[in-house]
Amino acid sequence: MIRRRFTSPLVLLMSLTLAGLLIVVVLDLPPQPGLAAPVADAMDRSGVRHPVTAVLLNFRGYDTFLELAVLMLAVLSIWSLGLRDPIPARPVQGPVLHGTLRHLIPVAVVTGGYLVWVGSSDSGGAFQGGAVLGAAGVMLMLSLPREMPMPSALVQRLGLSLGAFAFLAVGTAGLLTGHGFMGYPPAWAYHLILGIELAASVSIALTLVLLFLGGRSRRVRHGR
Amino acid sequence: MPEEITTWFLIGFDALLALTLLGVAWRLLAGGDLFRSVVLFIAFGLLLSLAWVRLSAPDVALAEAAIGAGVTGALLLVALGRLRRLENRFFRREGGNT
Repeated sequence: MIRRRFTSPLVLLMSLTLAGLLIVVVLDLPPQPGLAAPVADAMDRSGVRHPVTAVLLNFRGYDTFLELAVLMLAVLSIWSLGLRDPIPARPVQGPVLHGTLRHLIPVAVVTGGYLVWVGSSDSGGAFQGGAVLGAAGVMLMLSLPREMPMPSALVQRLGLSLGAFAFLAVGTAGLLTGHGFMGYPPAWAYHLILGIELAASVSIALTLVLLFLGGRSRRVRHGR
Repeated sequence: MPEEITTWFLIGFDALLALTLLGVAWRLLAGGDLFRSVVLFIAFGLLLSLAWVRLSAPDVALAEAAIGAGVTGALLLVALGRLRRLENRFFRREGGNT
């Protein structure tokens, strides 16, 4: 406690100095027009009507592709650390959770699908929809922590990589047909973006559930 | 007149939201109990998504509520449960040796 008595005023002083310097720097920033105008100019070629989705899936598709790859790598590195141990949760007694989930999971699936679909014209998208689907999967896992049947290793791996590989395949096809890497032919852009978002939301949902479970299941072995 | 009242109400709401965010952040970082911190973190994520709505960024608000509050909260809770189990196993072994 003696150490704390001496260090905390110093930490407070340094934090306040840093905060003050940050405020000064932010106040000095010159006004920036931002990228809203260039995005608005290119919207008619993006294939979607929502500017955020146009930036994420079309203009800056490369960044989103890398995000999906990072999520995939996160699960793979957790798998490489060891086998999965049971979730630290007891099986829930009584009918309330199971009865609620029977009604809640269809609603979550519809909501997640709607969020993916509405992403082309309004707020929503693969990450939000995938997170809702993933939350439904986590609830399902919690309701049956001991006897939840898992899909085979091949299905888990395919589902995990579906989003990143669909994105990469479409991006490479764009390169080969002369629209540049991660570029789409404008006439097809809407359908390609929707397909990528659907694949990505499945992968994101599966990623979140597998992150929650932690470790590789006994059905996923090295070298197979 | 009603327009002015709405403006003042919104300013008050924003100020309250900002202060609550800072307060919750302080409590969750300063508290010693990890479970309490995780629960406060989930509450912080939900309040932060409200702040994103007030900044008219509904896309970020949706992502924050679903991923920042929901899924991260579940991940932190399950990690905490696993940590406690590891701790129990460790202390039991230590107790057996001495």
